[in-house]
Amino acid sequence: MNAGISIENLSKRYGSVQALKHINLDINSGELFGLIGPDGAGKTTLFRLLATLLLPDKGGARMGDIDIVGDYKQIRNLLGYMPGKFSLYQDLSVIENLEFFATVFDTRIEDNMDMIHDIWVQIEPFKDRLAGNLSGGMKQKLALCCALIHQPKVLLLDEPTTGVDAVSRSEFWQMLKSLKSKGITIVVATPYMDEANLCERVALIKDGEILQVNTPQEIVDQFERKLYAIKSDDNYQCLLDLREFEFTNSVFLFGQTLHYTDVRKEFSLEEVNSYLKSKGHLNLEIEHVKPGIEDCFMALSTKADGYE
Amino acid sequence: MNRFIGFLKKEFYHIFRDKRSMLILFGMPIVQIMLFGYVINTDLKDVKMAVLDHSKDEYTAEIINKITSSGYFQINNNLKSIEQADAIFRKGDVKLILVFEPDFGKKLVKDSKAIVQILTDASDPNTASLEVSYLQGILQNYNVEINQDNLLPSSIQANSRMYFNANLESVFMFIPGIMATILMLVSAMMTSISIAREKELGTMEILLVSPLNPLQIILGKVAPYLALSFINALVIVGMGYFVFGVPVLGSFTLLMAESVLFIFLALSIGIFISTVAKNQQVAMMLSMFVLMLPTIILSGFIFPIRNMPVPLQVISYIIPPKYFIVILKNIMLKGVGFEYVWKESLILLAMTFGFIGLSLKKFKIRLQ
Repeated sequence: MNAGISIENLSKRYGSVQALKHINLDINSGELFGLIGPDGAGKTTLFRLLATLLLPDKGGARMGDIDIVGDYKQIRNLLGYMPGKFSLYQDLSVIENLEFFATVFDTRIEDNMDMIHDIWVQIEPFKDRLAGNLSGGMKQKLALCCALIHQPKVLLLDEPTTGVDAVSRSEFWQMLKSLKSKGITIVVATPYMDEANLCERVALIKDGEILQVNTPQEIVDQFERKLYAIKSDDNYQCLLDLREFEFTNSVFLFGQTLHYTDVRKEFSLEEVNSYLKSKGHLNLEIEHVKPGIEDCFMALSTKADGYE
Repeated sequence: MNRFIGFLKKEFYHIFRDKRSMLILFGMPIVQIMLFGYVINTDLKDVKMAVLDHSKDEYTAEIINKITSSGYFQINNNLKSIEQADAIFRKGDVKLILVFEPDFGKKLVKDSKAIVQILTDASDPNTASLEVSYLQGILQNYNVEINQDNLLPSSIQANSRMYFNANLESVFMFIPGIMATILMLVSAMMTSISIAREKELGTMEILLVSPLNPLQIILGKVAPYLALSFINALVIVGMGYFVFGVPVLGSFTLLMAESVLFIFLALSIGIFISTVAKNQQVAMMLSMFVLMLPTIILSGFIFPIRNMPVPLQVISYIIPPKYFIVILKNIMLKGVGFEYVWKESLILLAMTFGFIGLSLKKFKIRLQ
């Protein structure tokens, strides 16, 4: 069955806040798709609309041939949804949670073991523990099991790795990859730009608008300027000083360094160096780096904001 | 059906694993009955009083004897003069002073008329008037007794008898009240909190996305509380009967049927509250203020409705427990059948349908 998602001109407003502005998006059947954007970008709203929990103000969406508004009951049967907040029963044990969701969908754990087996083996040792006492990573695995127990065709995961340690995060993504091989359409929302590379295609979303939809590689390839990482003793002051510099195209904090691009195509690094030295930054390390998704996101979103 | 049983199982896990719920469900009814039955007691017993006897003759002695043997009063002070009265009231040692005029006996024989004075500490007005009327009753009885032989040509004798509660025991009044309070609390508050908790924890989002329909979710939520409330009703009636001797004169089946009707009403109010409340705290506050206080204060449970100011009397007509308490008192104490409580039952039924209708209208299949 075709389990692609097509979203057309979808808008949603909360009071005076326009949460989604005319979203158009096509997600292919069986794709591992990433929805990348900061908090408040509209990711959760989009998911709730797709999960039939909210009604759109304008526009619509379909999963396969099924309309999310008119045929919401059918959607609810073929959808696996994992909300951002851990939302299983904390006072029920792992196995009780799973059993509950199995009966809600009128099925049994045994019948669906093939679907959840790889994840289940990891949490099975804790099956009698109350869900409230699990670690963050374990909770997410359990939630994923519960969302998969009825063999959904489409899986919506809203920030599944927020608040989860690095090891569990990479394990989680491994699981998603193996789920994809079973033909499920998976849409993952995440604020972590580094997770974008793990998706087949990503949509960059900000302030309710989609900035770009592309493969992670192509997004990175589009980055046209040379990117430099600058390290100094006082990164914050350095950031302020660079913002004053006449040739600065963009500069922002990136972990332990500053990422800098220049407005000119050809220029000498020495110029930047001496400018900063004149500002009192003596201990400088400047090197050329490859842009990541986050750099592209910043570039795209500043472009969208209309100042360069 | 499987879905529904699975849902019920989950609900029972929630209830039995939460110490707070268990305490409210099973501790509260017993504690309340004990409190109202034993501690909050408006019956008169061993009221401390003093006597100021200016006469000291056989008649006053006989009256004093009657008073002490009644069981209602206990004389623990003999005053010498009226000046002591003020001080002794201030100290709080006695609540009541009986003053015999000088030559009480002689006047009684000679003029057929003698005067006593009753002084009382009215800082607690209800009890004071109750005490005075009890004491007057004893004096009245004595009056009748000494006039037995020479009947006055025209005198009205009042022979009173307390129907349905011959000994005027307050526990008879409390058991129906407690029943209404507990059932309201358990059914309405607990359901509203349990639905609000699903909203608060975000699990409602998953339930809504699942193929469960609203009716299944609501029924799954109320069914456990229906069962537990029914057990509570049995416990309360049972404790009233076996511990305090509150009778069930009417049909027990009818009593339980009316209780189930009231439980349904309370549950539908609970669901209605939960459709309004976003989280557990709001649900709890709403239940407390909208349900608990009116149930205790305005339902006629403790304070008689006819003594309330008119606006409050009007409000009391929309308080469901008021009708339930009337029904309970009628069935338990008067032993009447359905033909005497059908009006109240009908009102409760109408309210139930009203709230279910409102809730179904307000229950959302989506988040907004």
